[in-house]
Amino acid sequence: MPRTKKPTHGPSRRSGRRSPLASVALIAIGLLFTGGAYAAFSTTTASAATDTASQQTVAEGEKLFAANCATCHGLSADGTTTGPSLIGVGAASVDFQVGTGRMPMQMNGPQAEVKPVQFTEEQTAALAAYVASLAPGPAIPDAEYLDAEGDAASGAELFRINCAMCHNVAGAGGALTEGKYAPSLDGVTPQHIFEAMLTGPQNMPVFNDMNISPEDKRDIITYLKYVENNPSPGGFALGSLGPVSEGLFLWIFGLGAIVALTVWITAKSN
Amino acid sequence: MSTTTNMTPAETKKSGGFTSAAANYLDERTSISTAVKELGRKIFPDHWSFLLGEVALYSFVIILISGSFLTFFFQASMAEVHYDGSYVPLKGVEMSVAMASSLDISFDVRGGLLMRQVHHWAALLFVASIGLHMLRIYFTGAFRKPRELNWVIGFVLFILAMAEGFTGYSLPDDLLSGNGLRIIDGMVKGIPVVGTWISFLLFGGEFPGTDIVGRLYSLHILLLPAIIVALIALHLLFVVVHKHTQYPGAGRTNNNVVGYPILPVYAAKAGGFFFIVFGVVMLLASFFTINPIWNYGPYDPSPVSAGTQPDWYIGFADGALRLIPPGLEWVWFGHTWSFNILIPLVGLGLFIGVVLSYPFLEAWVTGDKREHHVLDRPRNAPTRTAIGAAGVTFYAGLWAAASSDIIATHFKLTMEGVIHTLQAVVILGPFIAYFITKRVCLALMKKDREIVLHGYETGRIVRLPGGEYIEVHQPVDEYERWKLVSYSDYKPLALTPNAKGKISPVQRVRAGLSRWFFEDRIAPVGSKELEESHGDHH
Repeated sequence: MPRTKKPTHGPSRRSGRRSPLASVALIAIGLLFTGGAYAAFSTTTASAATDTASQQTVAEGEKLFAANCATCHGLSADGTTTGPSLIGVGAASVDFQVGTGRMPMQMNGPQAEVKPVQFTEEQTAALAAYVASLAPGPAIPDAEYLDAEGDAASGAELFRINCAMCHNVAGAGGALTEGKYAPSLDGVTPQHIFEAMLTGPQNMPVFNDMNISPEDKRDIITYLKYVENNPSPGGFALGSLGPVSEGLFLWIFGLGAIVALTVWITAKSN
Repeated sequence: MSTTTNMTPAETKKSGGFTSAAANYLDERTSISTAVKELGRKIFPDHWSFLLGEVALYSFVIILISGSFLTFFFQASMAEVHYDGSYVPLKGVEMSVAMASSLDISFDVRGGLLMRQVHHWAALLFVASIGLHMLRIYFTGAFRKPRELNWVIGFVLFILAMAEGFTGYSLPDDLLSGNGLRIIDGMVKGIPVVGTWISFLLFGGEFPGTDIVGRLYSLHILLLPAIIVALIALHLLFVVVHKHTQYPGAGRTNNNVVGYPILPVYAAKAGGFFFIVFGVVMLLASFFTINPIWNYGPYDPSPVSAGTQPDWYIGFADGALRLIPPGLEWVWFGHTWSFNILIPLVGLGLFIGVVLSYPFLEAWVTGDKREHHVLDRPRNAPTRTAIGAAGVTFYAGLWAAASSDIIATHFKLTMEGVIHTLQAVVILGPFIAYFITKRVCLALMKKDREIVLHGYETGRIVRLPGGEYIEVHQPVDEYERWKLVSYSDYKPLALTPNAKGKISPVQRVRAGLSRWFFEDRIAPVGSKELEESHGDHH
């Protein structure tokens, strides 16, 4: 919640004149109001999450952090030469990175890859609470945005405009430079999709709530879940990779079958 | 049809009932028996590779049938509407009528999606079977006299098939095809001085405009198919006129054709084969999605999807654009010269030109004016086969480059690594392929020679009365030997002065090329040589 608004300093004199400090105070009040309002507007969810996390969870998360993450991110999570600072990345970031198994990272590479999740849900939550307690940051999204019951058509359009250039129109994934890649979105949970947009993990840009509103994010998730849950109307989708897989399939299986049949037709009878 | 042929149309009524009477009725009015007699007795040799052209023809028929169905429902208009069909993730989205009607064909016309998929799979098969057919013709030397012109017609058909494919791919006005058109637009605009004007002419103003789908539609269903049908007719007419080629074998010469007559055997086989090809295409279309336009959504110039590629047959051109190094662009005389577009354009143009004119080039180099109806085994023309392998490598490198991003993600490679490797493949690969192929061909010819002269090793060691050990060789049978020794052998042309006693530069070039072609050669075994080797079984 916004901070306290009691910024006046010093005793006021009864002189009928304005104190020399009055204008300073006025400016200070004004600044605090606008700043506070902005903070309230942009990180309401963040501070709410920080409040609910009990001190005990945070302490537990700190221990886990020291044991598993501090080697690269530093004991006070302010980063080292091998890992970035986590001050202000928020609970959403931790939940995404740890919850999908990307962190702790297995090895240095173009980007952290998905692997079996290393922590239980409670441990992940504790880590998230600890990192969130360091500084305000994007919080874990509310369940109302994750039900995949939004407008699929609007989501599809937003997805094509904002996401498809890396993830492919059907979310099948695509290549980036120097061995980096945009992964397939098939089977990713709504929460992780939302958090990825919010925090911009790995090479992904951040799509914060000013850029794509939580409702729009919900629509995008709706579209992705629609594609995932409704098999292609045309039959097997061949990976939804477009003309490359179609061409390869035609040459190997289509033309392969045809050539086998020509051999059969022209074979000499025994 | 087969019933008609068995009837020798007679002037008197014979017993035979209705068929006989009908055949007679037809023949008296059309003289069809002459044509049936002539065509029905045409002999076709049997080999699986001779059916590839038929596959192309049948695919084209399937395309015509399914395409006609699609024209009943497709509307080639770029007027804007809000989609109101049954596909939920596009409901209410603004799109062109072309896209909306394509979606309606897919979701709201009974059998529409199947027909769309039949049309598209058959199109891919059409171009692929033409490609394979051309490779067969090339590597067996079937383009030699008198078939050079038919090679040109066939190759023009290949280009037209690509044009048909591309115009069709662009019709639904979805995101994928719009991006494809944007690349074409970019390539056209890359042509110095006139490019922009051509682009404006094509699109009726600035890209994408509201005309292009209608124009492509006219080309796709009217002009291009008409030319293709005419050229196919000419192509087949030439096949009839030239008679079919045959593989070398006992009793096969340039003056005969060994095989089955069209009627009844071949007509039945070929007719049945049409349904087999149709069946394969139907199976593909029933079970496998092709071009899911509902995923791509309507065209909008801002988004580009990852994995945006053209259909396979345009891939080589897309690959060329991907492989050209960046930065080759300068401003000269107030015009932008985009060599990163011009080099691929000119390079591919040259490649197409060389393939188109290869029969004439080879005929000039060999100086051979004879007719050839017996095919070459690829090994017996080492340089031609090696040139073919080099061409295939070049094409395949460009082709693979069109999928550089998919290769990178699926084989866990870096995009840059894939691109640089393929750049090397396209430039160095042809030389390596040429060298290896030529050596392999020469080695195989040497092996053939060895077999003709000494037969096969049997592994049976015999001790002679005198104490000598020999291995018994099994001589090759006559049928096999025919295949191994009957091939045309060329020697490098000697430089001879012309009537004025001079050697022209053209002569020099020709002699140089001839030396390149035939310097390394293995002469076929002659009868004298064979005679001498007899009784020499060790």
